[in-house]
Amino acid sequence: MAPTMTPYLSLAIWVPILAGVAVLVLGRDADAAKARWTALAGALAGFLVTIPLYTHFDATTSAMQFGERREWIPYFDIHYHLGVDGISVLFVLLNSFTTLLVVWAGWECIKVRVAQYMAAFLIMSGLINGAFAALDAILFYVFFEAMLIPMYLIIGIWGGERRVYAAIKFFLYTLLGSLLMLVAFIYLYQKSGSFALQDWFVLPLALDTQVLLFAAFFAAFAVKVPMWPVHTWLPDAHPEAPTGGSVVLAAITLKIGAYGFVRFILPILPDASHALAGFVIALSLIAVVYIGFVALVQTDMKRLIAYSSISHMGFVTLGFFLFSAQGAEGALAQMISHGFVSAAMFLCVGVLYDRMHTHLIADFGGVANTMPKFAAFVMLFSMANAGLPATSGFVGEFLVILAAVKFNFWIAFLAATSLVLGAAYTLWMYKRVIYGDVANANVAALTDLNRREFWLLATLAAAVLIMGVWPRPFIDVMHVSVTDLLAHVAKSKL
Amino acid sequence: MTMQQLYLLVPTVPLVASIVVGLWGRHLPRAAAHWITTLAVAVSFVASAVIYRDVMAGNTFNGDVYTWAVTGGVKMAIGFLIDPLTAIMLIVVTFVSLMVHVYTIGYMADDDGYARFFSYICLFTFSMLMLVMSNNFLQLFFGWEAVGLVSYLLIGFWFRRPTAIYANLKAFLANRVGDFGFILGIGLVLAWAGSLDYAEVFAKAPSLAGATIDLWGSAEWSLLTVTCICLFVGAMGKSAQVPLHVWLPDSMEGPTPISALIHAATMVTAGIFMVARMSPLFELSDTALSVVTVIGATGALFLGILGIVQNDIKRVVAYSTLSQLGYMTVALGVSAYPAAIFHLMTHAFFKALLFLGAGSVIIAMHHEQDLRRMGGLRRYMPVTYWTMLIGSLALCGVPPFAGFFSKDAIIEAAHLAGIAGHTYAYWAVTAGVFVTAFYTFRMMFLAFHGAPRFEAGGHAGHGHDDHHAGPPRESPWVVTAPLVLLAIPSVYTGWTYIEPMLLGDFFGNSIVVRPEHRALWEFKNEWHGVGAFVQHGVLSLPFWLAIGGIAAAWYLYIAKPELPARIAARLSGLQTVLVNNYYFDAFNAWFFAGGARRIGGLFAHVGDGKVIEGIVNGSARLVGWTAALLRQLQSGYVYQYAFTMIIGLFALLTWWVIR
Repeated sequence: MAPTMTPYLSLAIWVPILAGVAVLVLGRDADAAKARWTALAGALAGFLVTIPLYTHFDATTSAMQFGERREWIPYFDIHYHLGVDGISVLFVLLNSFTTLLVVWAGWECIKVRVAQYMAAFLIMSGLINGAFAALDAILFYVFFEAMLIPMYLIIGIWGGERRVYAAIKFFLYTLLGSLLMLVAFIYLYQKSGSFALQDWFVLPLALDTQVLLFAAFFAAFAVKVPMWPVHTWLPDAHPEAPTGGSVVLAAITLKIGAYGFVRFILPILPDASHALAGFVIALSLIAVVYIGFVALVQTDMKRLIAYSSISHMGFVTLGFFLFSAQGAEGALAQMISHGFVSAAMFLCVGVLYDRMHTHLIADFGGVANTMPKFAAFVMLFSMANAGLPATSGFVGEFLVILAAVKFNFWIAFLAATSLVLGAAYTLWMYKRVIYGDVANANVAALTDLNRREFWLLATLAAAVLIMGVWPRPFIDVMHVSVTDLLAHVAKSKL
Repeated sequence: MTMQQLYLLVPTVPLVASIVVGLWGRHLPRAAAHWITTLAVAVSFVASAVIYRDVMAGNTFNGDVYTWAVTGGVKMAIGFLIDPLTAIMLIVVTFVSLMVHVYTIGYMADDDGYARFFSYICLFTFSMLMLVMSNNFLQLFFGWEAVGLVSYLLIGFWFRRPTAIYANLKAFLANRVGDFGFILGIGLVLAWAGSLDYAEVFAKAPSLAGATIDLWGSAEWSLLTVTCICLFVGAMGKSAQVPLHVWLPDSMEGPTPISALIHAATMVTAGIFMVARMSPLFELSDTALSVVTVIGATGALFLGILGIVQNDIKRVVAYSTLSQLGYMTVALGVSAYPAAIFHLMTHAFFKALLFLGAGSVIIAMHHEQDLRRMGGLRRYMPVTYWTMLIGSLALCGVPPFAGFFSKDAIIEAAHLAGIAGHTYAYWAVTAGVFVTAFYTFRMMFLAFHGAPRFEAGGHAGHGHDDHHAGPPRESPWVVTAPLVLLAIPSVYTGWTYIEPMLLGDFFGNSIVVRPEHRALWEFKNEWHGVGAFVQHGVLSLPFWLAIGGIAAAWYLYIAKPELPARIAARLSGLQTVLVNNYYFDAFNAWFFAGGARRIGGLFAHVGDGKVIEGIVNGSARLVGWTAALLRQLQSGYVYQYAFTMIIGLFALLTWWVIR
């Protein structure tokens, strides 16, 4: 693969990481402003270098683009091998975009260890871009594991009261899952003599081998998504994480789990994927229905949104295992939309938390009286969370449900319950927090959004609406890659 | 300006106005808020009128505006279908909306959320226009949900009232249950037709008449029956059919102008419009049509009966809306789609009139809505009285008012139909005429006739400012002018439209009726003109039932006003059932709302809490030393340590790369 003129992917990885290092070096607690501005400049630069990935992207091919390949550890044939296709490219952009928002969101809310906080997000951003762009399994693994560290620190240092429990739970859960994946990588290396993903795509494998490998990959990715029943770390992690941590966790890191399904499991193990589709679909539907009910009874806004995330990610895994273009494109659209919507929802909770230092639903009521602008934004994002048309939340749900009807009516039936459940838990929360008379003196003392918060939420509102009204620019990018992936998965490897 | 540009203008002008007023409303003078939105809707109305003339001249249009997405070989687009069915809906929606905009200037004059209210109703107009102009299922669903959203926002407009925010959540969720069926129906359409475009789907439908689908066991289900029933579930939510009707009476918590616009004239008729639009599909499934007929008939009679026991003036009108929606649904079920749309149109005028009239009474009564504390208002507010009387006579089906023609057409169609369930429907809608006349004139007599039962010196308990005090007086012209303008079509649209719509070929290709579904064909054969229809009408049972209903109301509420209480006491069991709306609300609150919370609690505390967390934490204890080790690291220097590690890692990486 010929290297492109400008190594955009390397820039997408290393600009934020180096910016993070710069923030660490330059930032002192006494001079937090410098850390903030350096971080913002780094995040902005990190986002700008990803824009050519979209504008120069060739949507007519499923080949890997913007490729870079250098030797890294020749003894094991490990390469620094990067490239994106229509499936991964949008997530690099989404991640860099989210990093920009998160740095901006933490502007004055974070008062201790500002430099470290900002640096953690910047470094994590680079690592996540690395995971989305890696075409070498070991390179992927390094990024995949390394990104745990900043997140661990973000929760463990800037988190709430039970932050240590939550951080350790998060770390152990995801670490244990990914160890099995490493075993699978080593096995595949022995079989193929290469760590290149593209070699593994065409590697013939017996069905029982595929099933074992499926189990190993599944352990890593299902935890990350997270799928029922390995989801319980997420509702514990969110309430303890600071706002920015929740945003990245929900908007980006969950997506890496789902990305693993399309990048590893489906193309490397097509036969096992078909054989075990029923299993994945069943777990996905449990996520949609069971978790939907669980979300209904949550008393903490962050836990509620965490459960709602699990439920929404159920649509993603469901969409992939329907093996149809609408299903897979719906799943990818759902991933992007959830990036916007969950980020927005957690930012909204953060706005309230910054003012009242609580995210318990019962502590609020009648916020619309004192924060009308904020109430309008929360309404928009709540409707997006409930999958209302003309918001991004609709696109994925709609396409996945349509694909599911074609696959099996009853699967669609169960998936479509989210129309009712999603509306119920989201709007019931809205009713209790935003509507009503002013509930207490704390709510009466609330001040509406400041300029920074307003434009932060307005940016996400624009993203949510643009994608809802015109998803074509998003879906056209993925189309050829998805079609070719499905054609590849349809062919047996036995 | 080309016609295409005009089509685009119709929905976009209200959208832009809504956005402008919504975003900058609080910085604009109040007058700007109403001028911008009202003028926008007026532009839409004029454009609709031009389109209507153009369509009547034979020009129809079906084309896309832009492609929303292409996936799996299916093009999903935003586009317009302009045909007679759309044209008549455009007129109804923009006209009623315009009247409501003008009326709101008076009704909401003192409200804090003035600009917000105008922004919402203008957004509603946009959404409803997108719904009726759609040429495909995607946009239909978009409009469908968007009107639901605005309905939610407006029912909860006074968001400090606990009852309002309960009602709007209930309305949204009940509608979502309908949408749940609707989206499955759309999914089935896409699955078998491979397209979401009306024209393509309708062209393909006949070839699938015999197709079946495996749903349950070995029984084979007709594909089209399942599809149509799923779609109809959507209509049941939006058009408030039993048992999804529960949200509509509660929606009266919203300000009265939106009760008129959304919960009487337009949004709730979206389901009726949708089924009429889908006539090429429903025509292919007799089973689905029977389901439609029976559900419609049940609502027409039994929900109407509930109107008799209501004391809130708006709730009387709300139950009457439920009943009238049942009539329209019966018309759909017996394949008399034109009769359904005809009644939709006349109902939109006279029901909007009744709601706005009720609102005028409410203003005059200083926000008192209880009929028991009204009486004798005729003298104080003549315009409201006379216009509401016209609306009431139209609703009861007294000739020559509009409702007589449209309602009688439905009754006759139910009589002439051959579909299973039509006999039940015929008797239900016939008996419904008496019920309708009775509760309507009960309301009229209680509000406008007899001795005043209110304190003329101002209203106790509410503490309104001086502006409100004093005896009831006629509302300002911005309120009464819409009443008059709505009264006019409530009178004349009956005899002018029955010829083209039911006896002629008004709808052309936009509605398909198969010859076997004979109701409409026989209807056409039986009457060749308005005269014959009226002659027959005044000689047949429904007319005399309407007269009887009015007479009964007169007897009970004017002649012998002490009687109703005694009857209620005698029939206290029935009275309790009726006052509790047949216990639908109690059942839903206990079974669905309570049940969902109990299931949620069970899953959360036992499923997640005990079982999954038990396993997880159990395993964690097994490797407790790991946790202990990690806990040691919580020294405050962890971050430095970790960052050093990462930097080391990347130094290594970089070195390998550059080497």
